[in-house]
Amino acid sequence: MTEKRLKTGSDLTWRDMEVGNIVTEAGNACVRKTGDWRTERPILDKEKCTKCALCWIYCPDAAIKPSEEGYYEADLHYCKGCGICANICPVGAITMTEEGEK
Amino acid sequence: MSKRVGLEASFAAAEAARMANVDVIAAYPITPQTHIPERLAEMVADGELNAAYIPVESEHSALSACLGAAAVGARTFTATAGQGLELMHEVVYIASSMRYPVVMAVSNRALSAPLSVWGDHSDAMAVRDTGWIQVFCQNNQEVFDMTLWAFRVGEDSRVLLPVMVHFDGFHLSHVTEPVFLPEQEEVDRFLPRFQYPFALDPDKPMTHGAFGPPDIYSEAKVAQEVAFRKSKDVIIQGFKEFGDIFGRYYNLVEPYRTEGAKVLLLTMGSFGETAKIAIDTKKNKGESVGLISLRLWRPFPFRELRQAVKNAETLIVFDRCISFGGPGGPVYSEIRSALYNEKKRPKVVSLIGGLGGRDMSVEDFEYVIDRGQRIAEEGSKELFETVGIRGKVTGIRG
Repeated sequence: MTEKRLKTGSDLTWRDMEVGNIVTEAGNACVRKTGDWRTERPILDKEKCTKCALCWIYCPDAAIKPSEEGYYEADLHYCKGCGICANICPVGAITMTEEGEK
Repeated sequence: MSKRVGLEASFAAAEAARMANVDVIAAYPITPQTHIPERLAEMVADGELNAAYIPVESEHSALSACLGAAAVGARTFTATAGQGLELMHEVVYIASSMRYPVVMAVSNRALSAPLSVWGDHSDAMAVRDTGWIQVFCQNNQEVFDMTLWAFRVGEDSRVLLPVMVHFDGFHLSHVTEPVFLPEQEEVDRFLPRFQYPFALDPDKPMTHGAFGPPDIYSEAKVAQEVAFRKSKDVIIQGFKEFGDIFGRYYNLVEPYRTEGAKVLLLTMGSFGETAKIAIDTKKNKGESVGLISLRLWRPFPFRELRQAVKNAETLIVFDRCISFGGPGGPVYSEIRSALYNEKKRPKVVSLIGGLGGRDMSVEDFEYVIDRGQRIAEEGSKELFETVGIRGKVTGIRG
């Protein structure tokens, strides 16, 4: 299965612009990278994580998704780095790290 | 069969909106536009027009309400003048950028200060670059005709742009002239139902008015500019279709007795009618003069204008607005720029008058032609001259 190519605005030419820049399909943010302006990203410590899913519930952009092992991790294509997940985590399993750092 | 009735331009515009069977009108009354919303509100109240009339608290709200109506696919009309158009200003840009084909009648009015309710083109020039299709009318028949035509062109699926119909405050808005009103059947034939392809619909969700970060804004604006310039083809087609049904054919640039004329006068709006008499008078004296009335102001008709003036030696452009600190009257400035790269071009002279409702008589236009010729021959240190100004002016230099 090939992964759907993620487009950013910089892939579009002026000819691709819809009349009035209308977005004609609902929910199409999932095919675009909307998190590339993030300055901090959440790092999950799986040792501490209790899989309580609070971060998944609180994420305002639905960027946190459950993994096959049952952890909840941010999809960095969409995560804006707001830090709500790190703040809400009851066991301190999520820390915010500046982009560019390991 | 059309019928001939006496109508002031405001009522002609309202009548055109009624016959276009508009769905939504949102307007705020302001002199000299007041009679338009007043008459339309009366039509709606009396059941002559099945439309929603939205009374609003300002012009900013008036155009905003129109945008909302257009977004669900309603045929939408508004009207304003002078300060009202200024108060609308930010929404004026949004209408064209979001490609909502609102039609707006503008009874052209001077801008404060000093406070003036009377006519000139300062309000129109302030919205010159807003991306609306803009036409100027010479008489009340044209106000009716252009308003109908505006819906036809703006709503065309190849265009989807708002249209402003400019006509001079008081000189037309409050003056009664004979106007031919067509049959409803003819109007319906000319103007199909508005089918907006992107109408907001809960069953087919989409986003209007998303924001544009730096990596997409340039593409959005260039796409808008290309679409705007391409609308000229539909504008011309619209005039042709209008003529075929109603018998009155219009051009982007209207020449009057210009054959072989060495000196051309160019005006926009109702002053063209007065200037025609000055042209007739001078022709009778054997002078080689003619008149150009610029109908389409945006998108600017470069090719048609160049064609119309290419054989003239002198082109006198008469403006009803000052472009403060600029190269001359705003229309003059555009026209001189349009001709700059032409190998053969007339000398272009800027004269300004009729500001804030000051009348321009036939004799005044004879003076404009004489004085314009003199400036073309002898040159002038001043960038433009103001007709009838009291006191010698020497401070307008480049």
